[in-house]
Amino acid sequence: MLDQFFFYIFASVILLGGLLTITRRSAVHSAIFLIATLLGIAGLFLHLQAEFLAGVQVILYVGGIMVLFLFVIMLVNLDQAARQRQFNRQWWLALLAAAAVCGEALYGLYRGRGAFTFPGAVPGNMPPNTQAVGNALYQNYMLPFEVASIMLLVAMVGAVVMAKKRL
Amino acid sequence: MPPITLAALKPYIMMVLIVGIGPLGVGYLVLLERKLMADMQARLGPMRVGPQGLLQPIADAVKLLLKEDVIPGMVDKWVFWLAPCVTVTTALAAFAVVPFSSDFVITDVNIGVLAILALSSVGVLGIILGGWAANSHYPLLGSLRATAQMVSYEVVMGFAVVAVLLMAGSLSMVEIVKAQAESHRWFLFGAFPFGLIAFFMYYVAAMAETNRSPFDLPEAESELVAGFMTEYSGFRWALYFLAEYCNIIVVCSLAVTLFLGGWLRPFPSVTWLGWLDYAAPVGSFLLAGGLSLYLVKRQPRAFDQIVLAAVGLALLAVAGLFAWPAFNALFRGVFWFMAKIMVLVYSFMWVRFTFPRYRYDQLMRLGWRVMIPLGIVNVIAIGIVLVLKG
Amino acid sequence: MPGNYIPILVFLVLAFAFPVVALSLAALVRPSAQSGERLTPYECGIQPVSDSRGRYTVRFYIIAMLFVIFDVETVFLYPWAVQYKALKVFGLVEMLVFLAILLVGYVWLYKKGALEWV
Repeated sequence: MLDQFFFYIFASVILLGGLLTITRRSAVHSAIFLIATLLGIAGLFLHLQAEFLAGVQVILYVGGIMVLFLFVIMLVNLDQAARQRQFNRQWWLALLAAAAVCGEALYGLYRGRGAFTFPGAVPGNMPPNTQAVGNALYQNYMLPFEVASIMLLVAMVGAVVMAKKRL
Repeated sequence: MPPITLAALKPYIMMVLIVGIGPLGVGYLVLLERKLMADMQARLGPMRVGPQGLLQPIADAVKLLLKEDVIPGMVDKWVFWLAPCVTVTTALAAFAVVPFSSDFVITDVNIGVLAILALSSVGVLGIILGGWAANSHYPLLGSLRATAQMVSYEVVMGFAVVAVLLMAGSLSMVEIVKAQAESHRWFLFGAFPFGLIAFFMYYVAAMAETNRSPFDLPEAESELVAGFMTEYSGFRWALYFLAEYCNIIVVCSLAVTLFLGGWLRPFPSVTWLGWLDYAAPVGSFLLAGGLSLYLVKRQPRAFDQIVLAAVGLALLAVAGLFAWPAFNALFRGVFWFMAKIMVLVYSFMWVRFTFPRYRYDQLMRLGWRVMIPLGIVNVIAIGIVLVLKG
Repeated sequence: MPGNYIPILVFLVLAFAFPVVALSLAALVRPSAQSGERLTPYECGIQPVSDSRGRYTVRFYIIAMLFVIFDVETVFLYPWAVQYKALKVFGLVEMLVFLAILLVGYVWLYKKGALEWV
């Protein structure tokens, strides 16, 4: 009962936040609602007993990436963008495409409706989530973890090359 | 539904207490800071409201509530309203995982440390949004500076925290303190001397995170007026102020939990020092009460004399309570925790009154070119020490 | 929903209620006479000459991007540190390789002056 309550709270935060993100005129307002959506996702992780992921979701997405987003939004001239037309002439084509994707998704959901039951809460206490992640990441998936460091290296170099003109 | 018992309600009672008393406590922290600053500059500080200025925070609070709340014309009203609320919410909510003692913790979660870091990273958003919403040059520059500074030192803080996690093996605040009790030493002295380095890094990062002098660049009044708070006035400004001081207490309590043994007595495993559990709280409250009573006859007004006498007697009563074994057993953890926090807060203030402000490029260089490599090396060093010890 | 997180959510709601209630209470008692000059943004007494939401130096943006990368790095360290006692030497070597690769990037940044503010 309580579980479902929290699920619906977080789910509606995500959906409402997502909807408002794409409908606000001001980019900063959109960013704020995107933050709400990301926090809702963190809540869902928590709901699924993935505490570590919930914490990381907030630290990385809300505290890191959204700060970056806000910096970028502030970097461009906002007011000018807000005054421009929000829709271009192909909007009906876009609507058609979006409707098609939406219909497809709905059909998929309809086909898989058997999966829509709430599993009961896991009995007893789960092992601490962080330890489980540590075990999985550093024993079973060692190579992907090391590869991740190369990805980070590429990201680091790329970010600076693109942002700094004179090197 | 589980039955509603006192034990089940305890976290919620503590919550209401923190939200209710916290702002007043912050007011007295500000008074303490003003008094200390005055003392170090050979002045008297606030002396007018109440005995020795003791009622100043209440006067300040009333004044801020009654002050006009000017909202400039060009601001984004909605964001302007939201930003300080976000900052104050995250600052207060961080207390949810702070263990004041083994009995007094609102909730102990497996990712306690992560939760505090996450909340403080959300609090940054309140500052950047507040500076943007005001649509004025100083706040925007101030908030950009504040954000860049806070995120830079968040990385430093992360490395310092990882150093402790290596020794503790858990992210839960309560477990970290228990690990210190088991290893018979504060993590400050763990993997000597690398624990000390980690603490130093945490200390500097905490000061930069909370925008304290010498890292108070975001609100450097000589160049940016009041930084991101420039356009805020009245109670809205007070909210930012409240959040700042709450954050100071939060980072200090995290430091106490991670490095200074949380609610444990100094030298927790030396049994013959057990008398400290009684001597320290009783002694300090007796001293404070005695001092208050001594100062009574110096007060010029009858009202001040009555207030100070009442304060003195209340402090003596608390001293008496701490001499009572049942009370002492329950509250000595809270006393030690608070005492350690006060020592750290005092040192924060001391640093503020002593050191001149950094320049912004110096601050960034310190963060990115000194602290971060130091943090990486320190983590590796602690890892090696722990492996060698087995 | 793990039960011990519910107090945190309740606390978040309560902590958010505090500024909202305090601000609305203050609205009842405080004076309000906002008009004309008082509503202009603070600019040391002169007329504001431009909208403040303009462009600013790109350095803040570089710092934010580097922060995201280093933040991911520290997040990788948390589960490693927590599990370190079980991983022992294997964990140490693993993390040494990880950090060594990143250190290459760091040294490159250092040499290129991306960490310089001026």
